[in-house]
Amino acid sequence: MDAVTDAPSADARPFENVVRPPDAIDLRAEFVESGLAAVLEELDTDLVGLGPVKRRLREIGALLLVDRARARFGLQAVSPTLHMSFTGNPGTGKTTVALRMAQILHRLGYVRKGHLVTVTRDDLVGQYIGHTAPKTKDVLKRAMGGVLFIDEAYYLYRPENERDYGQEAIEILLQVMENQRDDLVVILAGYSDRMERFFTANPGFRSRVAHHIDFPDYSGEELEAIGGRILGGMNYTLSPDAEEAFHRYVDLRMKQPHFANGRSVRNALDRARLRQANRLFNGDRPVTVRDLTTIEAEDILSSRVFSGGIDSYPPLKP
Amino acid sequence: MRLTQGAFSFLPDLTDQQITRQVQYCIDNGWAVNIEFTDDPHPRNSYWELWGQPMFDVRDAAGVMFELNECRKAHKGQHYIRVSAFDSTHTWESLRLSFITDRPADEPGFTLERQEVEGRSIRYTTRAYAANRPEGARY
Repeated sequence: MDAVTDAPSADARPFENVVRPPDAIDLRAEFVESGLAAVLEELDTDLVGLGPVKRRLREIGALLLVDRARARFGLQAVSPTLHMSFTGNPGTGKTTVALRMAQILHRLGYVRKGHLVTVTRDDLVGQYIGHTAPKTKDVLKRAMGGVLFIDEAYYLYRPENERDYGQEAIEILLQVMENQRDDLVVILAGYSDRMERFFTANPGFRSRVAHHIDFPDYSGEELEAIGGRILGGMNYTLSPDAEEAFHRYVDLRMKQPHFANGRSVRNALDRARLRQANRLFNGDRPVTVRDLTTIEAEDILSSRVFSGGIDSYPPLKP
Repeated sequence: MRLTQGAFSFLPDLTDQQITRQVQYCIDNGWAVNIEFTDDPHPRNSYWELWGQPMFDVRDAAGVMFELNECRKAHKGQHYIRVSAFDSTHTWESLRLSFITDRPADEPGFTLERQEVEGRSIRYTTRAYAANRPEGARY
């Protein structure tokens, strides 16, 4: 059987050297022109907190811009490894940032399509011998030209079962991550401690992932700001009393087990909306627009969090 | 004799870069790209073996090229490989583009057989020289 030449050869970009390089490149102008400025600004306004993450994205953006400028001067510009790992507690915005990451890389021309394919272990690992490789390859094919986001990546590796097919998926992933760096960017996400163990067990992954970004937990104020945004997006407002109640709610909820940052806030507000709807429905007067958009203190205060329980609607049986 | 079936077959073989551009064009039009191979290139043999499954949900040509390279690893030099694009929109539901990407190094071509039948009539038929050998050992 003949050997197959895989990588496209040197004739891949025949027209690149025709344009004479400019004398100087204004990186600021380039920054605005590439649309990167707009994406990063959106990121700043849309996402509350996450200081270190935003700083890291800025750095990566700057690196890519400088690389592009270098390429225009004909300097050696090896396409950088952009595989990333996002670690952090649940609900800290890893998926949201991954989606933004896809946009950023697309604007900068590092991925061609800029779509995000989100997968978990189920989508990569098969159930019987010979099932895993086609499944993993299928996912990789779908993600090419975009970003592959592997949520809870540490589940891929199950040391307790030596016949687990996860290892096969990992090997294929590593191979494609190395050989087709131009075609797709892989983002691994998961909780910090478990990802650390995953990387220790698979050193190949750690060396192929250039950017490790840690997502910090939100502070109380940030969570309240997130809540405000979620409500604003759905045309709800908190009454002043409710705002005070919500402040206390967040403080209490943060100390409880199973706290999932932004996700907990969203769930709490969803439950408050349910209680509000119930209250309006049981009230015996016609409702106004103001009634429909305002969440009152009682909608939040009836949460079981205030009596030391876990929040749920309808209330759990004691 | 060089096999001329499908688009671009009178041109020199497409380079990988050209194939990528063509495939991307198909994907951008919403067509599902298939990779097929055969060692029986008779013009009436319209059903070639399908490599893998039709790629309905691939967004970028790199995914198709990945499969094409896999197919080449298995069949290059012994089979013809072609890429075809299927348009699933209602009322089309058929191939919109098909072109050969790889061919065996040596293509012996076809013979034309004349069969004399009643009243000095002649029936013509073509047969690939390669098809005289068994499947899998033709090229």
